[in-house]
Amino acid sequence: MRNGIVVALVVALLPTACGSTDGGRAPAGSIEGVLLVSAAASLTDALGEIEAAFEAVYPDVDVVLNVAASSALREQIIEGAPADVFASANTSNMDKVVDAGEVAGDPTVFTMNLLQIAVPEGNPAGIAGLEDFSREEILIGLCAEAVPCGDFARVALSEAGVTPAIDTNEPDVRALLTKIELGELDAAITYVTDVASTDRVDGVDIPIEQNVVTAYPIAVLAGAPNPAAAEAFVAFVLADGAQAILSRYSFTEP
Amino acid sequence: MVLGVLGIGFFVLPFVGLLGRVPWSDLPALLSGPIVTDALRLSAIASAAATAISLIIGLPLAWLLARAEFPGRAVIRGIVTLPLVLPPVVGGAALLFALGRRGLIGEPLNEATGLILPFSTWGVIVATTFVAMPFLVITVEGALRNMDRRYEGAAATLGARRWTVIRRVTLPMIGPSLVAGLVLTWARAFGEFGATITFAGNLQGRTQTLPLAVFVALESDRDTAVAISLIMVVVALVVLIALRGRWGRAM
Repeated sequence: MRNGIVVALVVALLPTACGSTDGGRAPAGSIEGVLLVSAAASLTDALGEIEAAFEAVYPDVDVVLNVAASSALREQIIEGAPADVFASANTSNMDKVVDAGEVAGDPTVFTMNLLQIAVPEGNPAGIAGLEDFSREEILIGLCAEAVPCGDFARVALSEAGVTPAIDTNEPDVRALLTKIELGELDAAITYVTDVASTDRVDGVDIPIEQNVVTAYPIAVLAGAPNPAAAEAFVAFVLADGAQAILSRYSFTEP
Repeated sequence: MVLGVLGIGFFVLPFVGLLGRVPWSDLPALLSGPIVTDALRLSAIASAAATAISLIIGLPLAWLLARAEFPGRAVIRGIVTLPLVLPPVVGGAALLFALGRRGLIGEPLNEATGLILPFSTWGVIVATTFVAMPFLVITVEGALRNMDRRYEGAAATLGARRWTVIRRVTLPMIGPSLVAGLVLTWARAFGEFGATITFAGNLQGRTQTLPLAVFVALESDRDTAVAISLIMVVVALVVLIALRGRWGRAM
């Protein structure tokens, strides 16, 4: 509560302190306070590192990461939950937020991802490709249809002409990944970045002609409590340092 | 008095908010769709089964905790009460580690019988029972401890055998508490979400109970989510109000 009042005062006094009212790049000294970033589940690890790097450059900012399925975040933002920045795993969730008038300016695509089949270590069920997803006797998981990962997986499967024998629709890609890690599921479709994030999961590639390249847009939100820090964060994510971090987590440059 | 009224407002307001979002004209169509009917069927089966199993296993367990003296009883009571305190998702994860395909008991069970509990309707029943049974155990154990045991003594003195004492003295005396415990157990089972989605997964027609259906619908079809929420509120209210007499006496 107190933090909110402090942030509100800082934001209110900023124009008078700087002597200008345009949204130009503010000096590092005025970037401070709490920054609420709502980001897709698949960005968990990479954004965690980007958060640390950002806070090293702007020590007066405390970045708070709210990670969940992009569809869940979209609903939160449209319903008025406070957030400064939204990073979505697909453009359709971002578009819905734009349509609801919640975005300031235009979203920018900051990174991209590819789908990959995730299997438990050692690939016990011998999964070779998307065709294996029609096998009834193995346990298959996908993300729920409303979640970007689930939507893309279904597109890839239908393009490949496969009717999957789904056993569970998980609420976000990390929950799905955990069940693969535990060996409770035999196969799932996640992102390349999720498979890369853990040693206990093996990946089976989906050939590029069957795969779906996903674009991740990022935007400052219209109701952002801390727009100055939000703009700085988005600029930071688009810059070389953050892009290098994303590459290390197997994301693709846009 | 003011605080009491505030309390009423605190509970009534969210439901008023829910009612305000109900798409009344579309309601019949939404409620007869397969997503809703499948979820309703699964919720009915799971909550009824969980309550029944809780009674069959929970009643003897409560008896053990209340009447039998054995070392470590306090610890056992604590463990039985854990699902009441732990987040349901933690309960679901624990079930996965124990009864999952690679679980402590689950792996040998699977290898011996081919039985896989996660991602099945039985998995839903197991998860729901796990979180709901403690309610029955705690309520009944309390009643057994607090009842006047002289009546049991009197019956025994009059020549009644052990089972007759239980059947005709003890059980009727704890009757109201037993019913209250069953209601609480059913209510908890009906609303169960975290352990179910973690252990049994989420698939329409097989494991997607009403709470899971709402969760999924919230992100894709708001109207369906509100419609399902409305059913759950109505069903729960009907059950709770119908048993208000018994509840009042036991509490």
